[in-house]
Amino acid sequence: MLQAVTLSCRRGERRLFSDLTVNVEPGTLLAVVGENGSGKTSLLRIFSSLLPPEEGSILWNGEDIHQLKELYSGQLTYIGHLNGIKDDLTPVENVMSAMTLAGEVCSRIGAQEALAGIGLKPLIHRLPSKVLSQGQKRRVALARLWLSTRPLWLLDEPFTSLDAASTSAVTQRLHAHLQRGGLAVIVTHQEVELPAERVHRLRLTG
Amino acid sequence: MSRSSMWEAVGGIVRRDLLLAMRRRSDAAMSVFFLVIVVSLFPLGVGPEPAVLRTIGPGVLWVAALLACLLSLARVFTADYVDGTLEQMVLVPQPLAVLVVGKVFAHWVISGLPIVLLSPLLGLQFGLSGESLGVLVMSLLLGTPTLSMIGTIGAALVLGVRGSGLLVALLVLPLYVPVLIFGAGAVTSSMVGIGGEASLSLLGACLVLSLFLAPWATAAALRIALE
Repeated sequence: MLQAVTLSCRRGERRLFSDLTVNVEPGTLLAVVGENGSGKTSLLRIFSSLLPPEEGSILWNGEDIHQLKELYSGQLTYIGHLNGIKDDLTPVENVMSAMTLAGEVCSRIGAQEALAGIGLKPLIHRLPSKVLSQGQKRRVALARLWLSTRPLWLLDEPFTSLDAASTSAVTQRLHAHLQRGGLAVIVTHQEVELPAERVHRLRLTG
Repeated sequence: MSRSSMWEAVGGIVRRDLLLAMRRRSDAAMSVFFLVIVVSLFPLGVGPEPAVLRTIGPGVLWVAALLACLLSLARVFTADYVDGTLEQMVLVPQPLAVLVVGKVFAHWVISGLPIVLLSPLLGLQFGLSGESLGVLVMSLLLGTPTLSMIGTIGAALVLGVRGSGLLVALLVLPLYVPVLIFGAGAVTSSMVGIGGEASLSLLGACLVLSLFLAPWATAAALRIALE
C-alpha cells in the first residue's frame, strides 16, 4: 500500500498543496487531476522519490521511502512527461536499455512483443527513434509497461499524443496490472475508462 | 539488490553510451580533433627549433589534453537530462554513485582514451625521446580518467543552468591544476633524466582519490539537479 501522509509541497514562492493525505490500495488506481500548474507532476515526483516533499512523508507498506531508498526504487516503474528514450537508438534498443537499466530482464523478442503490444508495427522497430512521431515516441516509452513486473506504476499524462487505439491498449494494460493487485498513480486530463471501483480521483486545486 | 544486477545496470549504461557514441561519431571525434589541431599548430607558430619544441612539448600536450577533456564535459549529462533518461537513471534500484562510475568510464573511453592512444604520435612532433613518450602515455593514462572524474562533478552541478559551459570551466579548472602540474612534470623530469616516477605516483594517487570521492559528489549533484 502506498500512503502519502500530511504532504506539502512548495515550488519557489508558491505553495502547491499542503496537508495532503491519501492512500492507494493494491488493485486501485489514483487519478490525479487538476488545472495546469496545480502540482500534479510535483506530487508524482514526490511519489517517485525524485523530489523530496517540504513536509510529510510517503510510506510504502508502512515504511518511509526515504529509508527504503533503492529498495523502493525496485518497486516502481516511473514514466514522466519526458519519454526517456534516445533519438539515436531504435525503439527495440531503447526498450531493452531502459529495462536493463531498471534491473529487469528483457530479451530482444520481449522488447519486440512489448512494442507490438502497444501497436507499433515491426517495420518501425528498426528505425532510429528520431524519425518517429510524438505519439510513436510516447508509445516506445510506454512499451515498458508491457514488460514491467513492478507493483507500483507512476505515470505522468500517459495518454498525451496517443491515438484512440493506443489509449485503449494502455488502459487495458493498466486494468490487467490492477487485476494482478498492482497499484498505479497517474496524472491525467482525461477520463480513465476503468471500472469505477478501481479508480479514485484526487483533485488538486492549486 | 544482488551484486550481479548492479554490474548489469552499470554494463548497460556503458554499452548504451558507447552505442550512442558510435551512432554519433562526429561528437565523439570533436575533442580528439581539437587536440590534434592545437598540438599541431604549436610547432608552426613557435618555429621548428628542436630545443624549444622539446622544452614546451610536455606542457603543450598536457594543456591541450586538459582543454580537450574540458570541451567534452558539457556532453556527459546534458542529453540524458533533456530526454529524461537521467530521471530513469536516478530511479534505478542501484546506488547512483556506482552508475555514475559507469557513465564516467564510458565518457573516458569515448573522449579520453583516444587522446592517450594518439599522444605518442603527437609527442613525436615535439621531438620527445622514446622514454619520454612512454612516460607521456603513462601520465595521460592516469591523468585523463582523473580529469573525467573531477569534471563530471562540475558537469552535474551546472546541469540545467544557462551558459553552463563557461561555468563548468570556472568550477573545475582549479581542481585540474594539480593534475596538469604532475602530468606535465612527469614528462619533463623524465626528459631531464631524473625519472617521472614521483609525479606518476602522485597522479595515481589523484586518480584513486577522485575515483573514491567524485562519484558520491556527482550523484548528490545529480539528485539536486533533478529536484
